Amino acid sequence: MALYSETVMDHFRNPRNVGVIEDADGVGEVGNAKCGDIMKIYLKIENDIVKDVKFETFGCGSAIASSSMATEMIKGKPLKEVLSLTNKAVVEALGGLPAHKLHCSVLAEEAVKAALKDYYDKKGISYDKSLFPDCASCCHCDSGCAL
Amino acid sequence: MIYLDNAATTKISKTALEAMLPYYEEIYGNPSSLHTAGQRAAEALLEARTRMARLLSCAPNELYFTSGGSEADNQALLTAAAIGAKKGKKHIVSTAFEHHAVLHTLKKLEKEGFEVTLLDVHEEGIVSPLQVKNAIREDTCLVSVMYANNEIGTIQPIKEIGAVCREKGVLFHTDAVQAAGHLHIDVKEQSIDMLSLSAHKFHGPKGVGALYVRRGIPLSILIEGGAQERGKRAGTENLPAIVGMATAFEESCAAMDESAKRLSALRDRLIDGLSDIPHSALNGDRFRRLPSNVSFCFEGIEGESLLLLLDDKGICASSGSACTSGSLDPSHVLLSIGRVHDVAHGSLRLTLSEENTKEEVEYTIKAVKDTVAYLRSISPIWRDLVTGKKEFILK
Ligand SMILES: Cc1ncc(COP(=O)(O)O)c(C=O)c1O
Repeated sequence: MALYSETVMDHFRNPRNVGVIEDADGVGEVGNAKCGDIMKIYLKIENDIVKDVKFETFGCGSAIASSSMATEMIKGKPLKEVLSLTNKAVVEALGGLPAHKLHCSVLAEEAVKAALKDYYDKKGISYDKSLFPDCASCCHCDSGCAL
Repeated sequence: MIYLDNAATTKISKTALEAMLPYYEEIYGNPSSLHTAGQRAAEALLEARTRMARLLSCAPNELYFTSGGSEADNQALLTAAAIGAKKGKKHIVSTAFEHHAVLHTLKKLEKEGFEVTLLDVHEEGIVSPLQVKNAIREDTCLVSVMYANNEIGTIQPIKEIGAVCREKGVLFHTDAVQAAGHLHIDVKEQSIDMLSLSAHKFHGPKGVGALYVRRGIPLSILIEGGAQERGKRAGTENLPAIVGMATAFEESCAAMDESAKRLSALRDRLIDGLSDIPHSALNGDRFRRLPSNVSFCFEGIEGESLLLLLDDKGICASSGSACTSGSLDPSHVLLSIGRVHDVAHGSLRLTLSEENTKEEVEYTIKAVKDTVAYLRSISPIWRDLVTGKKEFILK
């Protein structure tokens, strides 16, 4: 189907970093089943570096591809770079997404940041709250989310 | 390629295609022209109309050719509304799971001051004649109930609903787009006042359909212009397509009983095979459904990713998930039978045709099982369900 770019289809068909990390240092889950997509990201962090990352996604092709790409983009990276991950960068790396699928990239960014926030919270590390988007940044759902 | 999306559209039949060709290359006159070329076309037009009318048990001049099912639905509803408005009757009864060609037209009529009652179709996806009877009021001008649903294939008790409407003196329209060529239609016996059909759902060409309107009902005009279709639908007739439609309709109706038997067996095998998947559910009544229709929900997965992976395995299917409908909500049909959003997102529709084989059905069962299992293995919801963090909706 020509709905998606080849990169999207590649990440959808062969998603990188699928799975769980049992002893994760940070876990983030965003989206909701009612809207049709949920992403969950698991982070293993050592010396302020993403040592390992895994994801699980319930959602459409672009949701799976976006999570896969986002995990690739942060793997092995310092947390500072993780914090600056944007949904736009995910979309670009994927070679574009159809307009009505852009929210999938937003979810991917949110899931990564929710996992990082969970890590900071668990460790008691303080952080700039404004760097972390909440559900309201995504205009995807008109039901369930805080909109 | 295994094509299992025949409710979306069908492959044109060879017979129909061959019947069409002379009307492009030889008999290409305009049926409104006085010369020989035109008159030969006019004769062919009448012949096609007569052939179709015979199979619907109506008169040829009760049949109007349109651009398809959507146009026929629009014209039928607006006609009944115009008749009703003249008498001060501005209430319409329909169902919650009609095609958008009906639902959106009803929305428009609501804005014009009509009141619409959408009947509940219950978990089995069927309305009862009693519901219709109870919903009809003094000011009801139309009952519109589809013959068979396009997503879940459930068949409505059309004859009984027709009888109720006739008794109450209310116009009865049925969207028979999914039924025509597949289920028996007799507009007299079934007390149908207006009926929509579309050629591409029974192996005819796309972009052509028909509206049956019982004699005496003043049809409203949607497309103004020339005097084609007895002044009720302007535009030079798409004669090749109309001939193709008539040919395909005859062919489908002739093969109907045989085909129903064969397809029901394939359908039932698909249903049995897919029912092995845990936490899945068939959508719509098990028996009162089109011989071609299989519709399931699988908990814990999303339909679009299922479709894409099935496509990779050579299977063309469809889904009522939000992602595939292009809106935020999953299909209104699945919601109308009580599927909650979470589950409706994980839907799959497989619709058969005469071309499908037993081998294809077996391959498809295996492919769906494997794909659902894979998608569940990467789904955080599925993990929550199996670890007991969330409760299963589909037992
Ligand atoms: C029940 C029903 N009504 C109406 C239509 C619209 O028909 P068409 O595509 O010919 O406009 C369809 C097909 O999409 C249908 O399934």
